Order: sequence, then C-alpha cells, then structure tokens
Amino acid sequence: MPSLRLQQLRPRLLEPVSLTLAAGALGFVSGPSGAGKSLLLRAIADLDPNDGEVFLGDQARSSVAAPDWRRRVGLLPAESGWWAETVAPHFARRSAGAERTHGPVDEDARHRQRPRQQDQELDALLRRFGFEADVLDWTVLRLSTGERQRLALARLLWLHPQALLLDEATANLDPANRSAVEAVVEDYRRRRGAAVLWASHDPEQRARLGDVAWVIREHRLVPEEGP
Amino acid sequence: MSLIPLGPFDLTLAAGLVLLLAGLSWRLHLGVERRILVAAARSTVQLILLGLVLKVLFETTDPWLIALLALVMLSVAGWEVMARQTRRFRGPWGYGIGASSMFLSSFSITVLALTVIIGVEPWYQPQYLIPLLGMLLGNTMSGIAIALDGLTRQAAEGRGRIEARLLLGASWSEAIADIRRDALRSGLIPIVNAMASAGIVSLPGMMTGQILAGSPPMEAAKYQLLIMFLIAAGTGLGSVAAIWAGSRRLFDDRHRLRLDRLASGRGAA
Repeated sequence: MPSLRLQQLRPRLLEPVSLTLAAGALGFVSGPSGAGKSLLLRAIADLDPNDGEVFLGDQARSSVAAPDWRRRVGLLPAESGWWAETVAPHFARRSAGAERTHGPVDEDARHRQRPRQQDQELDALLRRFGFEADVLDWTVLRLSTGERQRLALARLLWLHPQALLLDEATANLDPANRSAVEAVVEDYRRRRGAAVLWASHDPEQRARLGDVAWVIREHRLVPEEGP
Repeated sequence: MSLIPLGPFDLTLAAGLVLLLAGLSWRLHLGVERRILVAAARSTVQLILLGLVLKVLFETTDPWLIALLALVMLSVAGWEVMARQTRRFRGPWGYGIGASSMFLSSFSITVLALTVIIGVEPWYQPQYLIPLLGMLLGNTMSGIAIALDGLTRQAAEGRGRIEARLLLGASWSEAIADIRRDALRSGLIPIVNAMASAGIVSLPGMMTGQILAGSPPMEAAKYQLLIMFLIAAGTGLGSVAAIWAGSRRLFDDRHRLRLDRLASGRGAA
C-alpha cells in the first residue's frame, strides 16, 4: 500500500498544507469545530474545489480520474449519505481491482443465483461491526445514527481503499462499538498497510491509538506536542 | 358551416358577465373583484394586440418580422422557465439552459411539422408557424420548468446522498441518475395525462376553437392529434436536453457536486 502525501494542498479555511503519512501510519487531526478538519479531508478526496496536489505513493491525484481517486482514498464523512431504501444496494459496488481477483467464472454465476449470501467476506466484515448478514435487508430509515455510522465505514472498507480518511468516525458510538470500530480500523491499517488520516476531537482516542497528530491553530495545520 | 364574425356588441355582452361576476365578488366580500377586472382588462389588451400583430404579419409574410416575433416568444418563455425555479443556476446558465433546450425542441419540431408533415408553402407562413410555435413553447415551457426545478431542488436537498455515491467511486452521472430520472418523469407527466384524458374529460382548446371557427370536427380532431403528438415529442426532447445540460452543470470536471453554481433558495436570499 502506498503512502499519502499532501503537497501545498489548499482547502478552504486553511493555509497550504504539506504532510506525508507513511503507508500503514495513523495520523490524527484535531482542532475546534469549524476549524476546517472536514474541509481538509474533503479536499484530499477532491470533493471540494481546491489547489495543490496529493500523492498516493508516486501517483499524483491529477493524473487519476476523480472517481478512481475517491475509491482509493476512501473518505468517511461525519454524516453518511444513503441513496437506496434498503442497506444492500449500498454494498453493490466493488473496486475494479477487487473484482478482477475475485475468482473463477462459475463462482460469479453462483453469486448471481444467491446474491444475498454471496460473499463470506462481506458477512465477516459486517459481523466485525456487530451486524448479522440480514442487516442488508434492513431499511435505511430504521437505522440509528450509530448503526449508520458503522455501516458507512463497512461499505467503505468493502471497496478496499488504499488510504482512509475518517471524519469523526466514532462520534456517535457507545464505548463497545467505538472499540469495535477502532479495532477494525487498526486491523485494516496493519494488515493492508493503509495510511489513515483521522479527524477526531477525542484526545483520549488520539492518546490511545495515535502515531502522529496535527492540530489546526489559526488556519494552520501544525504538529501537536506530545502530552 | 362558416365563421360567424363577432361584433363589438357580442363581446360587450360577454364582458358584462365578467362585470357581473366582479359585482358578485364585491357583494359577497370575496375581495377578488379588483383582480378579476385587471385580469380581464389585461387579456383584452394582450389578445387584441396579438390579433393586430398577427394581422399585419399575415399580410406581409416578411421572414424577418416572423423571426422577430418567434424570438420574442422564445425569450419570454425562457424568462418564464427561469422565474419558476426555486434554485436557479447562477449567471447566464439560469436563463440559458431552459431557453436553449426550448429553442432546440420547439423550433426543430415546429420546422419539422411545417415542412414535412403539414407541408406549408413557404414553410414560415405565419398563419401556421405562429400558432404551432405558441402551442409548443407554452407546453414545453411548463415541462422543462417542472423538470429543471425538480432536478435542482432535489440535488440541493440530496447533497448527502449524491456525495456518498461520489465518495464510493461513482461518476457524476451515476451519482445523479435517480434524481435525474425522477425530475424527467415529473416533467413529462402533465402532457401524458393531457393525452390520456383528451376528448373524454376535456375538449382541448385548439379543437374547440377550430370547431367554433367552422372546421369540420374530423379535421379539427386530426389537427388536435397532430398538435398533441408534437407537444409530447417537444416536451420530451426539451426536458431531456434541459435535464442533461442541467445535471452536467451541477458537476465539474473532477466530478464534484457544485451546489455553489445554484443561487440560494427564494426564502433564504
């Protein structure tokens, strides 16, 4: 997995940001609300107009089509959006790379016959977030805020992004679910070597997990002093 | 069967009925008598003016004058589409998308009807061109206005779900697909309903007019059918063009949803 490098990136509200996050590293970004944490992550994912350049390994963002780029840098927004009535359609899409390595043709045919039970990988992923496979049949309106947040992270990891940008990923979770999410993210980071940039206002979380930490002060992203 | 001309006395009599209605409104404290009278006066002036303009136009058959009138009709219709948007596009796009898709659909279909279907010589003969264009513009106008309004309003309200799809690697057109389909459908429903109920629930205005003017009912019915099919095609074509251009304009080259290209809603500004 590649490293994540920002080069003179200019999100709204912030002075140009340059930083490097090695493959498998976990960086925290904190700062008062409204300081621009979310805008920084959105700029990296190229969701808002911005100047500057971002690299995944050697690959520059500007050399990649925007949809491909977003699939690779996996942003989890603070508030997840849902476009279909039930949960299942939100898990329909696989990244191009994963699809190719997915197995022989006859297995694909089996998938089409049993679309729900198709993937043990998906079941396992959902179980790690505390869901049974039948969650795919639930209607989105029935989900609580915390359930949405966990499912949003699950559908993001399902696409195997090469880096993760998490915006308050555990803000609405009780301690048990927060630990579960932290464990999944840690596991994903370690096993796949994904660079993770986590915007969080929770100092304990930073102390518990953090490698590197930055803080936004007066429109600047500066390294945070250790406690 | 021939046309019985209406004299000033006939119209005065009919106008008296409107006066009576205004009097009734005053007597019953409905409070709309002023508006009734103003609206009646407006339609009198507008229709007489149109009659005068068409009279001159029919006598001259000057292509430039006809083109000028058609252009005026189009620009007013474009204005009307823009005025009906809750969240219109900023800058020239607000006017341009609606007006150009109407131009595209109404003009091309009118020209097709005049040259190929009806076979008028010369094709720009105003007696056919102006009413046809008017019917087409009037109907495509409301279809496009409804469709565009649905598109921009739903995009503004559905930012979360559109961006969720973008973040999972969808292209702009995948991310807006369901909203686009929805908006297009709502733009087409009025004309589909009109076609379905024509002749049973309502006697369409044009057919009524032709029958009153002395045309044989079958001829009137055939013209009405022609017009309806043209309107349906024109509304469909115009709405598709407007929705395509509009949804494209909502995103930039990096597939970002650009709600900043929409003006804020009426209440908020």
